Formats: sequence, C-alpha cells, structure tokens
Amino acid sequence: MGVQAWTYLIVGISFGLYLFIAWISRVRDTRGFYVAGGGVPAIANGMATGADWMSAASFISMAGLISSMGYAGGVYLMGWTGGFVLLALLLAPYLRKFGKFTVPDFIGDRYDSNVARLVAVVCAVFISFVYVAGQMRGVGVVFSRFLEVDINIGVVIGMAIVFVYATLGGMKGITWTQVAQYWVLITAFLVPAIAISINLTGSAMPQIGMGSNLRGDAMPLLAKLDQINTDLGFTAYTAAFADAKWTRLNVLCTALALMVGTAGLPHVIVRFYTVKSVRAARWSAFWALFFIALLYLTAPATAAFARYYMINSLQGQTRADLPTWFNNWEKTGLILWFDDGDGKIRYSNRTDNEIFRTGALTSGTIREYAVEHQKWIDGTGGYDARERLRTAGVSGPDNDIIVLATPEMARLADWIIAFVAAGGLAAALSTASGLLLVISSSVAHDLYYRVLDPNATEARRLLVGRSVIGLAVVVAGILGIYPPGFVGEVVAFAFGLAASSFFPAIVLGIFWKRVGTVPAIVGMLAGLSFTTFYIIGNRFFDMPAWFFGVTAQGIGTIGMLLNFAATMLLTPLFPAPRAEVQAMVDTIREPEGFTPAVQIETALAH
Amino acid sequence: MPPSQPRNPSPAPTPAPPASPAVAAALRRYWHQNLRIMAILLTVWALVSIGCSILLADWLNQFHVGGFPLGFWFAQQGSILMFVLLILIYAILLNALDRKHHREIEQLSANENR
Repeated sequence: MGVQAWTYLIVGISFGLYLFIAWISRVRDTRGFYVAGGGVPAIANGMATGADWMSAASFISMAGLISSMGYAGGVYLMGWTGGFVLLALLLAPYLRKFGKFTVPDFIGDRYDSNVARLVAVVCAVFISFVYVAGQMRGVGVVFSRFLEVDINIGVVIGMAIVFVYATLGGMKGITWTQVAQYWVLITAFLVPAIAISINLTGSAMPQIGMGSNLRGDAMPLLAKLDQINTDLGFTAYTAAFADAKWTRLNVLCTALALMVGTAGLPHVIVRFYTVKSVRAARWSAFWALFFIALLYLTAPATAAFARYYMINSLQGQTRADLPTWFNNWEKTGLILWFDDGDGKIRYSNRTDNEIFRTGALTSGTIREYAVEHQKWIDGTGGYDARERLRTAGVSGPDNDIIVLATPEMARLADWIIAFVAAGGLAAALSTASGLLLVISSSVAHDLYYRVLDPNATEARRLLVGRSVIGLAVVVAGILGIYPPGFVGEVVAFAFGLAASSFFPAIVLGIFWKRVGTVPAIVGMLAGLSFTTFYIIGNRFFDMPAWFFGVTAQGIGTIGMLLNFAATMLLTPLFPAPRAEVQAMVDTIREPEGFTPAVQIETALAH
Repeated sequence: MPPSQPRNPSPAPTPAPPASPAVAAALRRYWHQNLRIMAILLTVWALVSIGCSILLADWLNQFHVGGFPLGFWFAQQGSILMFVLLILIYAILLNALDRKHHREIEQLSANENR
C-alpha cells in the first residue's frame, strides 16, 4: 500500500470517528450547546483544550518556524505555553465561578454595560474569524499534498465534517471530538519525532536526542547546526539576539504579547466554563498545559532534526539524485530550485542561494520566472530570476513543509507519513470547531439573546445558535477557498487584539472591584486602537516599526500596557460600580461551596 | 450606539448571605493567602520566562548542559517544563487552601449556631 492509500484509509477512519462521536453526544438545550452542560471531567477538558489550542499553526508551521529561526523560535514555544500560567492563575478559576457562557458575558456583566459587551463581541468574532482562516489554509495544504485533490474540495470536505458535529452537538460534540482529535494529533507528532531521534542520535527521547551527539560523530547536534548555519551565512542556531530583527526587546515583547494574547483568546477561556467546579477548572488548566507541553517540548527537537536533514540531504545534490520528498513538495510550490547553472543545489543566506518558495507570488509569476531563468542559464537572453525572488522575500523553503516533509526526509514507513496527514487535519479541524462555537455564542447568545431579544425561548435560542454556527462554517469555508492573501499577517492581529483588549479588562474586573464602566471601556478602546493602528500601518502601509523596533507581532504587549494604564488612571475619577456588581465580584473571589455557586439556569431565566 | 446604561435584569448572581464579622475576616484571610500564592508563583514565572529565557539568554549560553547551551535550553525546553510545574503547584496549593477555608467556615458557623 502506498502513502496515498494509507492516507485515504487513516483520514477516512478518523473522520468516521469524529462523526460517530458527534452523533452520540448531540444536545437538546443551550447549556449543552454552549458549555457542554458544564460537566466535562478535568482531564478530558484538558485534552480538549489542548486540541482546541494546538492549531494548524502549532502542528504544521511552528516547528518549521523554529527550524529557520533557531533561538528566536522560542518566542512561539514560550508565548503559546506561558500564557496558560496567566490563564490558570489569573482567569480560569474566577471565570468558572462566574459560570456563564462567554467572555463578552463576563465583560458585559462586570462592567454593567452593553457597550462593553458589544466591544467584546466584536473583538471575539474578529479574532475567531482571523484564526479560522488560518486553519482552513492548513486543511488545504494537507489535502493538496497528501490526497492530491484540489484544495477547494479538501476545504469543502473539512467544512462538511465540522458542520455536522458542531451543529448537532455544539460544545458537547466539539469537546468529545476534540478529545479524540488530541490523540490523533499528538500520536502523529510524537511517533515521527521519536523515530527520527532514534535514527539520528540513538536516543528515544527527542528532547534528549536534540542535545546529544549525532550517531558516529563526536559533536553535539546543536553545535553541528551552529556550524552549518554559520557556514551558510545564517546566524548560529542557538545564538540569542544575533539576528537584527530579533533584538532583546523585540523577543521580549513578542513572547509577552503571545503569552497575554493566549490568556485572552476567547476559544481557550470558554473551555473553562465547561468543567464541573472551580477545583476542576484548576486541574483542567494543569492537564491542558501538560498535554500541550507534550507537543511543545517535542517541536524544537523536530525543528533541529529537520534543519539538519534538509540541509544534509539537499546541499550539493544534482537533479538526478534529489530525494523523492523534494520532488513531491516541489509540485506544491512550497520549495523551488533555481539553479545557477552548475546543476547542483545550494542553500545559503547569501546571493548564491538557489532554494526559494512561492510565498505570496502567484504560480503564473513563478512559471514565467522559470522560463526566463532557463533562457538565462542557456545563455539565450532571459534573466537571473533569483534576484527577483530575493527581492520578493521568498528565499528558502516554506516553513509549512518542515513537519509534513520530515517523515519523508527520514524515510519513515508509509503509514507514519499518512498518520501525520491525519494529525494535521485533526489539529486544524479541532481548532476551527472551537472558534466557530465562539462566533456562534458571541452572536447568538451575547448579541441576539442578551441585547436584542432577552425574552427568546430556549428552543428559539438553540435554533439561532445552530443557524449562526452553520453560517459561520460556510463563511469560514469561503475564507478557505478564497484565502485573503494576508492570513499570516492578520494572525498577529488576533493575539495583539486579545492581549490589548480582553486580558486587562478581565484581570482588572476580577482583582480591582473599584474599576467602573467608563475606565474599562476607554482602556479597551485605547489598547485596541493603538494596536490596530500600529499593525495595519506596519504591515500594510510600510510604516516603520518606530516603537523601538518592536514588530507587529509584539506590539500587543504595548497595547496591553496602554489599556492597563488608561483604565487604572481613570478609575479614581469615575464612580465605582453598583453594589450588586461589587457583590458579584465578591462571589467570584470566594471559594466555591461557601455561598452557592452561580446557578446558570436561574441566573438567565430573569 | 446609545450611551451605556445599566442593564435591566441585575447582573449580580445569587447575593451573598449576610456574613458575620468572623466569617468576613476568614474570607479576607483566604483572599490574601490566595494573592500571596499567586504573587510568588508569578514571580517564578517571570524569572524563568523573562529572566532566564530572554533577558539573560545570551549570557547563559556560555554554559552548557549536555549538548545544550543553557539560555537556548531555557527558551525551548526549561521554560515550558517550569510552566507545567507552576500550574501543578498552584492547583495543589489552592485546592488545599479551599479545603482549609471550608473547615474554618464550618467551624465558625457551628460556633455561631450554638
């Protein structure tokens, strides 16, 4: 059986499993639909949070990014795990005690204002759509390479699956599907990493293998990578702040923005509403990070192994003895070779580099470059396309292929390669479904029920919830088929917005009773508008990174500080919240069981 | 958009029962202990993630653990291990504090009812 047959088999079985789980966990009420009935065990919620959190970016792109960034890649590792400490200590237990459905619910109730609620709804919906677009691209990449179907058909299949289990089961269906998806994705990530680690270093623990000597070599792998990188004109793999872009301040700001953004992302926060108790919320945060760490501790090892394999298996090869993985991926345009005429591949960080990717260019442009470049090599006119590619900023292979191609580079068994495809799909679909639920609950619960029609019946609310999630799936599918060219750019947005809007508003709402409506709204708007202005200016209008070289990815940190500062300075000037709101904050702070926990049903049945 | 106005149905969940001074004091103690645990754990969090992994990374890189330069190890392995450990410690300590607080409250209300 070939890779493709295995892929059809394994992806088919995993999709069947997700649909089966959806059928047995279908729901009949809004409490089941939005928070899975609030009865998910801590360890299962931990796994579901892990799958929810680990997106196509974590599974497919992150190791590739680290592979090309070296030390600075640590911003993603730290950023996307460190936020869980903030989440566990500052937010999760209190939001569970608050015990309603969504993040805008908390903001609207705590700050006693529908304006605050609407600001939160807009942020939540925007963040979620930005994120969903990225997941759909991941689904497309996996389908087009492994199943060799059209990207659009792949997106439609993926959307159909999500549509069924999200509308049928809501949060309950999503939660139990995510538990299954967690196991698919973590197995798919760990098995190849372990196999490669044994191959390269003889250690069965990739985390140890990464720091060991290569087989039959007296040099540690990382020292070898430092040397290879330096020889090729890159900065040393393990050196900190060697890169001009990744200064100390920029690494710091980016890591912090990702951490705080992680803690403020609505689809992660909402997972803590689904457990039984505050106690379970704390354990659930631990299990979530534990399960996430299994992948995040392995990713840097995969990154280092892949860097070594890729350079070793390509450098100096001729067209005839190129490995098959190169030919497979060349078809997708994620890796391209423009020879200088000597017939041998050269990958470097200098002008003699011959490895490129399609990136933001169109395949038409690439075809034209290839034709002209061939003429140039043959000495019949044309031009050296490498210069143009370099100017377009598409030197080096696409980061997305590292995880997906490494098993092929290491010549692992066909079924392992097929399993990696299923893992990538699980990662993308699980995150997409969590985000779609946030969109649905923000619109159907916060906007429709809490603002527009507070007298809606339970059946009607459930219907609206299902319709909105169905509609959101379709919009997400369209975003996947016609991806806005700037998906990568706008993901920085999601974190920046979460960091600069939600995080300060929720933390101050819990820890400072005195904060009233106006300071909170002004703070959120100040953080939001500064961050939005900086990111849009920097990414789309060539505005220089004037804030001490902090890039768009890191500016959320400054937006967050601005939000905190504005809210805290204004608070003494405005009235304190009403007594009822202050009493609510007291209830949130108390350990559960002393005063009865908030009864979700009665609290909503005004 | 209309100016923000207090929403009609009260956002306050079940109002707290009238607490006796002793119970209120116990609650305050609980909250302060909670804040202290949080402050200590967040300090460790900042020392490891901001300190060892970023601010001191280039200096720590001169030391090696196995084949790892130390600053690099903190950024890509050590910080994550520490994060998991911090949440574990928090869950254990806070759940224990909750139980202790419950016992205290039960005792207080038993005394008051006598």
